[in-house]
Amino acid sequence: MIHDFEYFAPKTLKEALALLDKYQDDCKVICGGQSLLVLMRQGLVAPPYMIDIKGIAELSYIKDDKDGLKIGATTTHRAIEKSPVVKKKYPVLAKMETRLASIQTRNWGTIGGNVCHGDPAGDPLPVLIALGATLTMTGSKGKRSMPAENFCLDYFETALEPGELLTEIALPVVPPNTGTAYTKFNVIESDLATVGVAVSVTLGAGDSCQDIRIALGASAPTPIRPKKAEAILKGKKITDALLAQAGETASTEADPISDIYASEEYRRELIKVLVPRLTREAMANAKKA
Amino acid sequence: MKKELKLKVNGQPYELYIKPKTLLVQVLRDHIGLTGTKRGCNDSSCGACTIMLNGMAVKSCSILALQANGCEVVTVEGLAKGNKLSPLQNAFLDHGSYQCGFCTPGMLMSSTALLAENPKPTKEEIKEGIDGNICRCTGYNSIIRAVTAVVKGEYKEAK
Repeated sequence: MIHDFEYFAPKTLKEALALLDKYQDDCKVICGGQSLLVLMRQGLVAPPYMIDIKGIAELSYIKDDKDGLKIGATTTHRAIEKSPVVKKKYPVLAKMETRLASIQTRNWGTIGGNVCHGDPAGDPLPVLIALGATLTMTGSKGKRSMPAENFCLDYFETALEPGELLTEIALPVVPPNTGTAYTKFNVIESDLATVGVAVSVTLGAGDSCQDIRIALGASAPTPIRPKKAEAILKGKKITDALLAQAGETASTEADPISDIYASEEYRRELIKVLVPRLTREAMANAKKA
Repeated sequence: MKKELKLKVNGQPYELYIKPKTLLVQVLRDHIGLTGTKRGCNDSSCGACTIMLNGMAVKSCSILALQANGCEVVTVEGLAKGNKLSPLQNAFLDHGSYQCGFCTPGMLMSSTALLAENPKPTKEEIKEGIDGNICRCTGYNSIIRAVTAVVKGEYKEAK
């Protein structure tokens, strides 16, 4: 049962920020609402004021320039998945989107909404972290940016301050000889991840691992980078033995829960298997790049 | 408290005053009286409430009705032209693409949106197109056969 609320549908960012300033913690921002309405129906979220930013056209865009790709926060999943520039330059992002929920959800749901929901099992954040994305938040006093990996603080808790909106996701230009891969393990296709793993590898001389970023979803209270596992691989010629060691290490860096989908032990096992598998896939993609 | 909502449903303009918490499926079924759209799980899982909003398939249980302000909605009632069923509706009939029928409106809307976007989908693409719709009678194959028949051009003319 959804509780009553007062509803505002600002048409510009400026109007939205003025409303956020006025209602602070008493309001909740809705965009596509594909995650939020589920919580509201269960009565878990019952804000007195709702600010609907879905209609703010200036926040819905995909721009490609010399610095990389900029995605407006209210861009739908479907727009990203179908974008020719995303498919060409960041195929892992388009591929991730096609496995995010159903077409209906992707048609209305937005990437910014998904990120701000702060669900550690969400698909976009691990991929954004692996790609080295920066998130920009805007408040009435100005903008600030942070790496995507710092955005989530805890389960469903983000770095957004009252009065702030996530406005843009920026992806840096993909360095040469770099490949990225993402997969999630789930029982039903289009379900949330039981475990999600994204890996980005930059190959150096002799196909050694010059740089690597690993991001795990549904493996801790927030998406995480298992940096000890990364350190095992970085700068090395990657071998099966090193990959196995990295998978093992990543599974101990994770802090997964047990729930109806999988036990903690099972999730650690998945991480152990998926980190090497996705690293190999990212390396194969890097060789094609 | 109540807010004005203006939208077009199956070409017909409507102007309503609703509580902001009202979901689009409630407006369609309870306020406008178009009960073809089904309220199944009410949880964004089953797809029985799928409609087309500005040409896109969406789940009407998961959208605040006010978000559809100024939009064009097509429900299953809007697929037929007068007494003439749409090609997909005819194909569903011929292929027995329903058992209890509860998922049928959502299946029709998802496949209509799919064909509008991609008139020649492969079998895999058809499966992806109805991925968000659950048929609890598990009659998926007959649904895929019906969509395939339309794709093959077997239902060009409305019967």
